[in-house]
Amino acid sequence: MAGNTISLLYFAKLADDLGVTNEQYSISEKLSLGELKLQLSQRGEQWQDLKAAHIKCALNQTLCDDNTLVKFGDEVAFFPPVTGG
Amino acid sequence: MIRVQQQDFSVEHERLLLLRPGDSGACVTFVGHVRRFSDNPQATFLLQHYPGMTEKVLQKIEQQAQSRWKLDNTCIIHRVGELKVGEQIVFVGVSSPHRAEAFAACEFMIDILKTEAPFWKKEGDQWVEARDSDNKAAEKWMR
Repeated sequence: MAGNTISLLYFAKLADDLGVTNEQYSISEKLSLGELKLQLSQRGEQWQDLKAAHIKCALNQTLCDDNTLVKFGDEVAFFPPVTGG
Repeated sequence: MIRVQQQDFSVEHERLLLLRPGDSGACVTFVGHVRRFSDNPQATFLLQHYPGMTEKVLQKIEQQAQSRWKLDNTCIIHRVGELKVGEQIVFVGVSSPHRAEAFAACEFMIDILKTEAPFWKKEGDQWVEARDSDNKAAEKWMR
């Protein structure tokens, strides 16, 4: 397995809209979450949702912002506002 | 103690586990039930979560409550998977020497859970929308 991948996870309505729940994604070097979102958003119109303010991101299961650095082996999750309880 | 599980729970059993006999003068519990969101009484109800992160967030909520108030025990149980309307979905319990701490900590834990713990409800093919009132309820603890 290539050592330059990260795991991407999508949940709830976002996963339904994108048609994917998880994938391995290759990155060439360390990048910020904002840069990762920009790359993914170029996949098509539906992927613009990732940049929406209400979509939350977690790096290795902790909420993070666009300045957070993503490196090889990391797990990045994207999801809409939570509705549990 | 936190648990994420598919099966139902017994409120009485959990309540007794919270008590520290001789110390706990108060025990406050909250039980959330599945509400109907659409007009379709036959709609199935699904609770999705983010395994791993869910447990981390629930543990953090417990730790925050325990550092904020003097408590004996705390417990959060959240169900996932397919549920029916009316079923129990979440349990939050707190025991403490005095009632004020138990009331406050219980409300704090469910308020924060509702805005931070990664669970999502789906009724039929519709994902339930987040409510602004839940954000406001959580914000009052940040002031």
